Amino acid sequence: MKKVLHIRRQKAGSNDAYWEDFIYEYKEADTVATALMTLPVVWEHSCLQKRCGACAVVINGIPRLACDTRLSSLKGQRVVIEPLRKFPVVEDLLVDRSSMMDKLREMELWLNDDAVPDGEKMAFEASKCLQCGLCLEVCPNFYVGGKFGGMAAMAPTARLLNKAPEDQQPELSKIYDQNIYEGCAKSLACRNICPAQIDIENLLVKSAAASIWKIFRKKRKI
Amino acid sequence: MTNNTRISVNVIGAGLAGLSAAKELAERGVYVRLFSVQASERAQSNLAEGGINACLDVMGENDTWIEHYEDTMKGGCYLADPDMVKNLTENAPEVVMEMDRLGVPFHRADGHIIQRNFGGQKKKRTTYAMSSTGKVLVVALIDAVRKYEHSGYVKRYPHHRFEKIIIKNSECVGVQIYDIYTHTRSVFEGPVIIACGGFNGMFPGLTTGTTANTGLAAAELFSQGIEFANLEFIQYHPTTTEITGKRLLISEAARGEGGRLFYIRADGSYCYFMEDKYGERGNLMPRDVISREMAMLGHQVYLNLMELTEDTWTNKLSDLRDEIMHYMSIDPKIQPVPVSPGIHYFMGGIKVDIGHHTNLTGLYAAGECACAYHGANRLGGNSLLGAIYGGQTAARSILADMADSLKNDYALSDGDITDYKYMSDADKKISSVIEHELANGLGIIRNGKSLQRAIDNINNSINNYIQSLDIAGEQQLSDELINRYRFAIAMLTSALERRESRGAHTREDYPDTLEEYRRTSVIKWSGKMFIQE
Repeated sequence: MKKVLHIRRQKAGSNDAYWEDFIYEYKEADTVATALMTLPVVWEHSCLQKRCGACAVVINGIPRLACDTRLSSLKGQRVVIEPLRKFPVVEDLLVDRSSMMDKLREMELWLNDDAVPDGEKMAFEASKCLQCGLCLEVCPNFYVGGKFGGMAAMAPTARLLNKAPEDQQPELSKIYDQNIYEGCAKSLACRNICPAQIDIENLLVKSAAASIWKIFRKKRKI
Repeated sequence: MTNNTRISVNVIGAGLAGLSAAKELAERGVYVRLFSVQASERAQSNLAEGGINACLDVMGENDTWIEHYEDTMKGGCYLADPDMVKNLTENAPEVVMEMDRLGVPFHRADGHIIQRNFGGQKKKRTTYAMSSTGKVLVVALIDAVRKYEHSGYVKRYPHHRFEKIIIKNSECVGVQIYDIYTHTRSVFEGPVIIACGGFNGMFPGLTTGTTANTGLAAAELFSQGIEFANLEFIQYHPTTTEITGKRLLISEAARGEGGRLFYIRADGSYCYFMEDKYGERGNLMPRDVISREMAMLGHQVYLNLMELTEDTWTNKLSDLRDEIMHYMSIDPKIQPVPVSPGIHYFMGGIKVDIGHHTNLTGLYAAGECACAYHGANRLGGNSLLGAIYGGQTAARSILADMADSLKNDYALSDGDITDYKYMSDADKKISSVIEHELANGLGIIRNGKSLQRAIDNINNSINNYIQSLDIAGEQQLSDELINRYRFAIAMLTSALERRESRGAHTREDYPDTLEEYRRTSVIKWSGKMFIQE
């Protein structure tokens, strides 16, 4: 069984991009990552079991993890592989996603004091976020440098909203409102794209409840 | 520049050990440069599943840290430094409680932390979050370190690769770093903590680890004269399976929650071989014991998870079930899971003392790259603990040393940058031969002949390669290949020289454990290989 991997390549961000085809003979279990491992193409990879988010690329127009995409599941012989489009290309499929981490720093996301022994379920759900950037790729409201941090910023905020002590809640609520709530038009385009299968809808509802309507805080006070 | 707070400490690696060291230093007002090839979210620490050990005594079993100490020493076949293990286990509850204060969502019931059974331990002392404990710990530490990034105490250098340490007057005074994005080199002065993880890259495709972990840093340090210890001890985890490009781990938590190992007899009946031989806790024997039993069986082994309760699947192992279903197309609730041993952890590594100092002043090591707490075999749940505690300890040692012995008055400049040659395509072919021989020599069951054969084959390959290139000596080969060659020979030599069987090191030709070998094997490169007998 053969696939033709049609890959968008670029020597550096400032160079012109070009397309190159590679013929890859694949086995049933092979993923796009398996194929990329054999090619002289620059890309980011680490765990190969969708636990790290390194290998996020666009495959046949859909943002996905290369290690989570079996070649046998893709229709047709040609597989089009491109870098994520919302981040600057460093080389070939490697993009610079440091703006995601910059955003979290800018939002000042950390605990000021000891966490509360509560909210484990939602904090666990939020902790699953891989910071891969796939959700940002499909989000109609997110752009690098904008105020809205997208779901990749929502998940870390939600973790803190569930674990932060009482007196940090107002500050976190404000951060949530300004960087997430106000920018999200609830398209939920990110819902089915998350490789960690985070229950985004539930996390959004619960986080909004905590930050906008202060439901968690009132409950805790009781 | 003694006691100068403007000194920055260079931390190599941003997984749990590196994050832990960075946090500890920044909290005490020391500036940190945190170098990593990829972001912390991609580090191998994220893959750790089952949990983190500490005697919290929350399960009504009258647990004490002394029992944690004894289990760890026994599991490691009494090879680890007792004082180091004592420190680790006595401080483990504080490590876990600190992680709890950072908001790690440990499994709770009625607000109280719950612990689970894990291999080689008599009591329930493994704190966990489903089978994603490493991930939730990393996330919490990323958040904690972010605070210091914001205040300027921690400066991150993602996409930066360690190339070498800089040594002047027998002191490590800085590091040479390669920026993967810009393809430029820089040097940074200050003491160095190596937290680069294990040596998976020496066994590509055969480990449960990450591809980002190339082994390059460790191999370079070995070539630079840093002493390594116990390199022969490689943990084969009994329950892994091959997926494309690597081994997938089936967490020990699956057995901690009641999973049972068996093979199918000729008549179709199940033989629970571990229980038959070791009794009801047979499935939770230390990993070296189970892997050895499996290697000697000659049957396909399966993991029976079909008797686990609905509550266990829903609240304790749902992520593990998802992973097995996704990668193996097997539903472990209704089907047995075929498993076989795979390389999972390196007990050996950079030789460190109780304060995580290496043999070179100004250089420290923590986490899997350091040989510290696990002796001849690591217990499940002790790696996350060792990484966090090791990072903290190395950081505290630097703090003490900065006020005392560390001179660190060297200002480095671009003139200190030296070349570092990476492998060519031809070099990579020779490296593949080395990797193949290494894996052959260092299987679960070893013997002197096969170890010597692996060494000879590697030496022949390198020598033939040098001749074929028609060059004068190995100095003209790439640094990366030379380092990988030396490091591979060091691992094989360590295994050859330990003429006994202990923990993860099983010798067919020396099946007994010998008191005279109850010692750390130390190996060093200094123009030639030196092994400390």
